[in-house]
Amino acid sequence: MDEDQRRSYWRANTALIRNLLIVWALVSLVFSILLVQPLNAIRFFGVPFGFWMAQQGSILVFVALIFIYAFQMDKLDRKYNLSKQDNKYNIKK
Amino acid sequence: MSVEIWTIVLVGLSFLAYIYIGWQSRVENSKDFFIAGQGIPSIANGAATAADWMSAASFISMAGLISFLGYDGSIYLMGWTGGYVLLALLLAPYLRKFGKYTVPDFVGDRYYSNIARLVAVVAAIFVSLTYVAGQMRGVGIVFSRFLQVDINTGVIIGMVIVGFFSVLGGMKGITWTQVAQYCVLIFAYLIPAIAIAWFLTGNPVPQLAFTFSDIGEKLNQIQVDLGFKPYTEPFVNKSMLDVLFTTIALMVGTAGLPHIIVRFYTVKSVRAARFSAGWALLFIAILYTTAPALSMFARYNLIDSLHNHTVAEVQQLDWAAKWEKTKLLAFDDINKDGRLQLTPNKDTNEIKIDPDIIVLSTPEVANLPPWVIGLVAAGGLAAALSTASGLLLVISSSIAHDIYYRIIDSSASEQKRVFVGRIMVGFSLVLAGYFGVNPPGFVSQVVAFAFGLAAASFFPVIFLGIFDKRTNSEGAIAGMLTGLIFTIIYIIGVKFGGMQPWFFGVSPEGIGTLGMLINFAVTLVVSRLTPPPPAEIQALVEDLRSPIIEE
Repeated sequence: MDEDQRRSYWRANTALIRNLLIVWALVSLVFSILLVQPLNAIRFFGVPFGFWMAQQGSILVFVALIFIYAFQMDKLDRKYNLSKQDNKYNIKK
Repeated sequence: MSVEIWTIVLVGLSFLAYIYIGWQSRVENSKDFFIAGQGIPSIANGAATAADWMSAASFISMAGLISFLGYDGSIYLMGWTGGYVLLALLLAPYLRKFGKYTVPDFVGDRYYSNIARLVAVVAAIFVSLTYVAGQMRGVGIVFSRFLQVDINTGVIIGMVIVGFFSVLGGMKGITWTQVAQYCVLIFAYLIPAIAIAWFLTGNPVPQLAFTFSDIGEKLNQIQVDLGFKPYTEPFVNKSMLDVLFTTIALMVGTAGLPHIIVRFYTVKSVRAARFSAGWALLFIAILYTTAPALSMFARYNLIDSLHNHTVAEVQQLDWAAKWEKTKLLAFDDINKDGRLQLTPNKDTNEIKIDPDIIVLSTPEVANLPPWVIGLVAAGGLAAALSTASGLLLVISSSIAHDIYYRIIDSSASEQKRVFVGRIMVGFSLVLAGYFGVNPPGFVSQVVAFAFGLAAASFFPVIFLGIFDKRTNSEGAIAGMLTGLIFTIIYIIGVKFGGMQPWFFGVSPEGIGTLGMLINFAVTLVVSRLTPPPPAEIQALVEDLRSPIIEE
């Protein structure tokens, strides 16, 4: 991988991390803590929405975020020929 | 069969399984001993991480705390799960790429300094010891209640079991044992939770029963009738700022805990490290989304079966009588009206409940068969023992690998290093046992300190070590020291020295967030005022950012 590719791979990686961390902060710190009182005015079935976000919703989003990251990085690794299988394939070629 | 016999049978069987696995995974070389030979599949590592992670505090205390705190208990739920997002995105893949044995290894190499390594070792040992102290108290609680033995005897039994599989199998033994322990603890947690959800709402899935039933509304109403704030109302016990700070401290602390980070060294590849963080959080989320449901049901059920009942009625409840003996549940008919009242006022409240009994008493409260109660005991022990073993390995590898091998004798042979590792596991085991016999305090509180300290010491230097090439050894050492010292002084000052929580009333549990910010600021500023790191370190950082591991 040359210098330019390295740099653009890293840029794509950090951009992905940044976007996912924005969602992370929104669901936990913003929706579940800072805005919990206004959101509690909305009902999510049997419980207030802000409360539900804090005790269930944010955890579900966290799990999704990590898997999204892992799958997106797989894609990125393939794009830059960094995954193990692709390496072997390249060597054979 | 009675509860006691079932408990002995189930606890005995699970212990036999752990010992068998420990024996099967016995190891000779240091790579196997410290990082399980880097051959752990990502799902298995996820399960092991989950068990390592979910301690006596998660299993025994957390649901109880949430039950008493209502919304404010969310700090534990979000804090302890949200940290995995930071870990998965910011640390785990790069640390796996680095691929050495411990966290101080990374700090020492990245900051080309044995002083940095030593500061990291001290912080790792400090954090792990604080944490292991909480685990041993958990072991004591479970044993004293379920096996009717003396707490000290219980702690010693626990020490022997942990000692056996960690001395023999090192990280490899611990990992496979933890996979088994995860299975035991998650079944033990889910079965009573499903039963109580079914019993109260007719919906067997606790997470769904929590949302799609009227228990939340009913509980809010009951709480208001008794003079409490509604269960779902935020900021009853903590201010918004304190909730925010504590949640962040727990999140960042989770990402900085050495016994969790080290788990990501044990997988095959960078890709496996990414996925294994996802599996770990998924396995953790199964328990962490059940806990708040259990908390709500238990709170409703306890009030329903105790409040306004006569003393005689309550004492006929088998579980109430048993817990009364342990003094974790106490009744006192203060106003002598023959009935027990639960009130928010200390002087008139007639029912005292220790939060630690919520999870352990659920199966009895819900009238489940005796084997479920035995299973819960086995689950609580699995949670405490798996975490204790992970921590013991961190303490021993910090001493055996980072101090002995990297600083004192770098020509030590393979056998000698593993031997020193085993001796150190034994040594830390004795220390942990001491804390189990002389517990320093309430389980979850003690554990919260470990997080504050981890947040204030490790997270910034590891994060900057990967994402900022300009951070140098001077900055990292200064940052770790200021963050750690500030946080320790605040926690000890407020908890034991009578100091007021002077930073906008932020509690000792939340102060790690400020400690972390101080660490970040000091590290960045000092790094910029001193020469940049050498070229080979910048090349190392560049290399960390690519996922290819050269074999």
